[in-house]
Amino acid sequence: MNVHDVRQVIADAHRREWAFVLAATARVAGDLDLAEECVQDAYVAALDAWVRQGVPDNPGAWLTTAARNRALDAHRRDKTLRGKLPLLIEPPPPEPNEDDPPEIPDDRLRLVFTCCHPALGREAQVALTLRLVCGLTTSEIAQAFLVSESTMAARVTRAKKKISAAHIAYREPDAAELPDRLDAVLTVVHLLFTTGHGQLRSDLADRAIDLGRVLATLMPDEGEVRGLLALMLLTDARRATRTDASGRLLLLDEQDRTQWNRAAIEEGGALVVEAIRGGRPGRFTLQAAIAALHDEAPSYELTDWPQIWQLYGRLQRVWPTPVVALNRVVAFAMVQGPAAALAEIDLLEREGRLEGYHYLPATKADLLRRLDRRDEAAAAYRQAIEWCDNEPERAFLTARLTATLA
Amino acid sequence: MAQYLILIYEDESSYINPSPEVWQQAMEAHGRFAEQVVAAGGKIINGNALQPTATATSIRNDVVTDGPFAETKEALGGYYLVEAKDLDQALTFGKLCPAPFGGVEVRPIMEM
Repeated sequence: MNVHDVRQVIADAHRREWAFVLAATARVAGDLDLAEECVQDAYVAALDAWVRQGVPDNPGAWLTTAARNRALDAHRRDKTLRGKLPLLIEPPPPEPNEDDPPEIPDDRLRLVFTCCHPALGREAQVALTLRLVCGLTTSEIAQAFLVSESTMAARVTRAKKKISAAHIAYREPDAAELPDRLDAVLTVVHLLFTTGHGQLRSDLADRAIDLGRVLATLMPDEGEVRGLLALMLLTDARRATRTDASGRLLLLDEQDRTQWNRAAIEEGGALVVEAIRGGRPGRFTLQAAIAALHDEAPSYELTDWPQIWQLYGRLQRVWPTPVVALNRVVAFAMVQGPAAALAEIDLLEREGRLEGYHYLPATKADLLRRLDRRDEAAAAYRQAIEWCDNEPERAFLTARLTATLA
Repeated sequence: MAQYLILIYEDESSYINPSPEVWQQAMEAHGRFAEQVVAAGGKIINGNALQPTATATSIRNDVVTDGPFAETKEALGGYYLVEAKDLDQALTFGKLCPAPFGGVEVRPIMEM
């Protein structure tokens, strides 16, 4: 195999195996920084070895063995290496036995739950997950979150230091802790997805979906894990039609539904059904159910709005946020008409919890426009433009404002 | 096992001239806390309540001033030094620690 092909295989292995290799190496290394170094070295060594000897049958196992051996060598060479950023590992790793290599345990959940520990701030959880679980470089993560590389490097270092100094254990949560701890993990993965989706960065959205698949494999009994994977697939199915050729954002009613990804819709739809069958659907499953109804509808008008409105009602009960309330109003408008929905918007405005959230005036503007109350609609669009924090949506709102004034 | 300091921050006005009932309740709550920590396999190395910040004296660059280091609504009013197997266990103790008029902060002790 030539160097080019081997590089391709290694890139694949990086994306598919990084988390497994690092998680297994962390247990031997007992130190996150050392584990990362050893895994990076193993990937470098693989290029040379695989060009000469061919690609092994199981690249992940080869990389894991290589990285773990490097960690063991480092310990033999220099005892002081241990203690840079020591991980609290339970139970203690068994003594390696060269004659009878034990099966390498799948430690990916330990890694994920450690990165998303509630004692770490949300930004730190996201950064660590991308760095340690997805194997992204600090510079790639910095770009995704629009901060400087040095800021991101400091954030990652600070988080790793807290893990070791505060003795955050490298373990999976027990049954009693699981609901809260799992919610943090799912929130981080969803945040990765929405960041990628919002910035029209498909690589980040793909990473989030990959992570969702891994979690669904490792925790097959958790309905919300399936629900989140379904939500991401069903949202991502519309990726190709989110903007027109010039990059302008398109609303659901403007999108060419024939271009939606049917395979993703089918997979996501099946996952929603399974997740709901499990009982007591949570916020991700309910959002996925709503996304499925949109994806499966032949047109915007022929969407099952009454059921969507009802699902938003259920979502509001398990996840009472003003944003959910606003989305419920949008569905309500489709069922009962814009005039009835405007009254609900007024209630939300008076509550004041959506101050600064541009979708509130944008929704209000749209309802007023449909009622042909143009001056009020224009004022609402202006407010939405002022509050909007990203360029594609600001361009969209500006175009709407212009059309309203025409 | 690692050591953590649980710092209790509360609105101290709640404890100025406390009624005997409030005092009794606080004593009982802290007694229960000590039992719960031991029952959970942890250990309280020591712990104390502090006199209110009105009794504090601060020193900065050898200048002595009356009062606490920083004036805050919720002030450090007591602490426990505990031993726990990891942060999760220390946070469990932190949640059990009585602080009805504020909250607690859990800090790992630096190992030298």
